[in-house]
Amino acid sequence: MEGRMLVAAGSLTIVSIFLIFGALLIHPFGVPNAYKMDQYIIDHTQNESGANNGVTAVVFDYRGFDTLGEATVLFTAVAGVILVFRRVKKE
Amino acid sequence: MMSKIVKTIAGISFPFITIYGLYVIAHGHLTPGGGFQGGAIVASGLILLLVAYGTDWIIEKIKESHLSILESLGALGFIGVAFLGLIFGGMFFTNFIAGTSMLFGGIPTSTAANINTGGTLPLMNFAVGLKVIAGLFAIVLVMAYAISKEEGE
Repeated sequence: MEGRMLVAAGSLTIVSIFLIFGALLIHPFGVPNAYKMDQYIIDHTQNESGANNGVTAVVFDYRGFDTLGEATVLFTAVAGVILVFRRVKKE
Repeated sequence: MMSKIVKTIAGISFPFITIYGLYVIAHGHLTPGGGFQGGAIVASGLILLLVAYGTDWIIEKIKESHLSILESLGALGFIGVAFLGLIFGGMFFTNFIAGTSMLFGGIPTSTAANINTGGTLPLMNFAVGLKVIAGLFAIVLVMAYAISKEEGE
């Protein structure tokens, strides 16, 4: 029993150390490390995609493949539910 | 199957919910929201009708196979617009309408909302909205129908 407690305490200490250092090393809020992509999208969204809503421009234009996967997930969910709850003819 | 009060209130609020959801879909490139969110709003309005009026009343009006067709049409429209970008713009998901004189081809000059902008984004929003409306409503309709059949036996 004592061995297990020691192992638990040791792993908790290691995780806490990494967590605290990781939290301290995070960049401050609103000041991203790599801002070039954000700034590019903010500057060029209106001219490139013609949309005032930058979020929609990112979701449907710049990251269209992500939305395609999302739509595929929804399609798979609907197909699965209809398959499970389909009406079976009773003989 | 609910009481008459619930039916009346659902019947009154259903058009407003639908109009608001369609507005969110149609203005996806201008205001917060888009196809997914507006589709969820319209589908929740339809689900309100389903809960208020009962499954049997709604299954007479619309079948889940029709909803499946609508959902597949939405998905095909979405991928079709993406492939049109491949044909006309050279890359998958190219916004080939933006900057031309076609419908939705305008470029906004200020932050003022202009519906005739956005290129392919409004078309994709419509397709995704149709898909989400039909998909979410089909899920709830099929489940509710299965439960009502179980209770009926």
